[in-house]
Amino acid sequence: MIEIRDINKSFDNNQVLKGISSKFESGVTNLIIGGSGSGKTTLLKCMVGLHQPDSGSVLYDDRDFTPMTFEERIEIRKEIGMLFQGSALFDSQTVEENIMFPLNMFTDQSLAEKRDRVDFCLERVNLQGKNKLFPAELSGGMKKRVGIARAIAMNPKYLFCDEPNSGLDPKTSIVIDELIKEITEEYNTTTIVVTHDMNSVMGIGDYILFLYEGKKFWEGSNKEIAHTDIEELNDFVFASRFMKAAKAKF
Amino acid sequence: MNFTNFGRYLLLLKAVFRRPEKLKIYIRELVKQMNYIGVGSLGLISIISTFIGAVMTLQIAFQLVSDFIPKTIIGSVNRDSSILELSPTISAIVLAGKIGSAISSEIGTMRVTEQIDALEIMGINAPGYLILPKIISGITMVPLLVIISMFLSITGGYIGGTLSGAVSPAEYMQGITTDFNPYTIVVALVKAFVFGFVITSVPAYEGFYVKGGAVEVSQASTRAVVVSCISILACDYIVTQLLL
Repeated sequence: MIEIRDINKSFDNNQVLKGISSKFESGVTNLIIGGSGSGKTTLLKCMVGLHQPDSGSVLYDDRDFTPMTFEERIEIRKEIGMLFQGSALFDSQTVEENIMFPLNMFTDQSLAEKRDRVDFCLERVNLQGKNKLFPAELSGGMKKRVGIARAIAMNPKYLFCDEPNSGLDPKTSIVIDELIKEITEEYNTTTIVVTHDMNSVMGIGDYILFLYEGKKFWEGSNKEIAHTDIEELNDFVFASRFMKAAKAKF
Repeated sequence: MNFTNFGRYLLLLKAVFRRPEKLKIYIRELVKQMNYIGVGSLGLISIISTFIGAVMTLQIAFQLVSDFIPKTIIGSVNRDSSILELSPTISAIVLAGKIGSAISSEIGTMRVTEQIDALEIMGINAPGYLILPKIISGITMVPLLVIISMFLSITGGYIGGTLSGAVSPAEYMQGITTDFNPYTIVVALVKAFVFGFVITSVPAYEGFYVKGGAVEVSQASTRAVVVSCISILACDYIVTQLLL
């Protein structure tokens, strides 16, 4: 479980996050949604330590991550897997080397054991046999799946996904969403997905935190989100023609 | 580089020299970088050094046309100029262009494509993993390249001088062996060590803090080469002042 308490963050007198608190349970898919500039990626970066919040705390199973030094954070970071918006695969390394990288750094496994783990992770994301390809040889969807394989290589307790569907076609987006949900349930990870993709919201949003102008505006599930009368949330959720039509039928 | 940048540069260096997570991985990376910086630059340094030595000999011969000055001076002036200044400084400036821009672009691209964030989230000390092998390669391989450059520059002087008839082989050989002070080699190697540090750490700093996209990466790369060259010349003056 991850808990955030009263997170504030400013950049050059522009307050991006304004006192956000929430709890993200394990075994369910937690979504952070909001329009562009609402602060969702900044919140994610504060949670994983890429930004230091101005005030507030981030607790990983009651371990306060915020005041820790780089060295103290390493133990928690070994339990974190992250899928980046652009996949962030290492260009100079093959798919196998990318997935093996955290294993090389933090485990004493033999090469055969590491190869087995790579094969297992690739099989899990349906990319068997792609071990020797370089990231430049992969499609956008395949890169995301390799990103997921790398994120789960160390059996993470916490899985973060930053816009996992950006730049993907709707069909591939659903594949990625389902993969994230399956992994969350299978390994009981605390999964936090930052997205503004309404298919993801409706498909996998067990818990949804809606940010608006840097504030926590609403929280609930995908079943509840269609029945709210909060104008800002409805403006966001039903912005597309498709969702408006779906709501009319609903 | 203003004071804020210099402070950030020092803080980055502090992070670079943290204890490595796994020495074996760093050593593998070090060998890769040594191959790139050292072996990869050998051809360029060889060509430049040979021609500079040849041109130096011809110019010294041109300027010292006098019956009162023995031609052996051509060899000794070329030797001392090559060892003390041309080999370390020209090699370093050329390497700043070749290696510096590559280091800055590589790290800058990793920054804008979130690869550095990925390393940090995994719990890896990104400055250490990315920059330390490059700095160690720089401070070990640049002195080796400078030694080769000295040899080739003096050899180039011999070839250029004798082919043009500016100096006879015997006079040139006598010149380069007369009054040789081995301390000049020490000064040159100290310079090479300092330059090796500069041409790896400055571009790494420029790349590491890039924000934006392709345009900013290319700007950082240009800035890396410019700042490295100015730093090389400043360090050249300081080392020369201190050691000679």
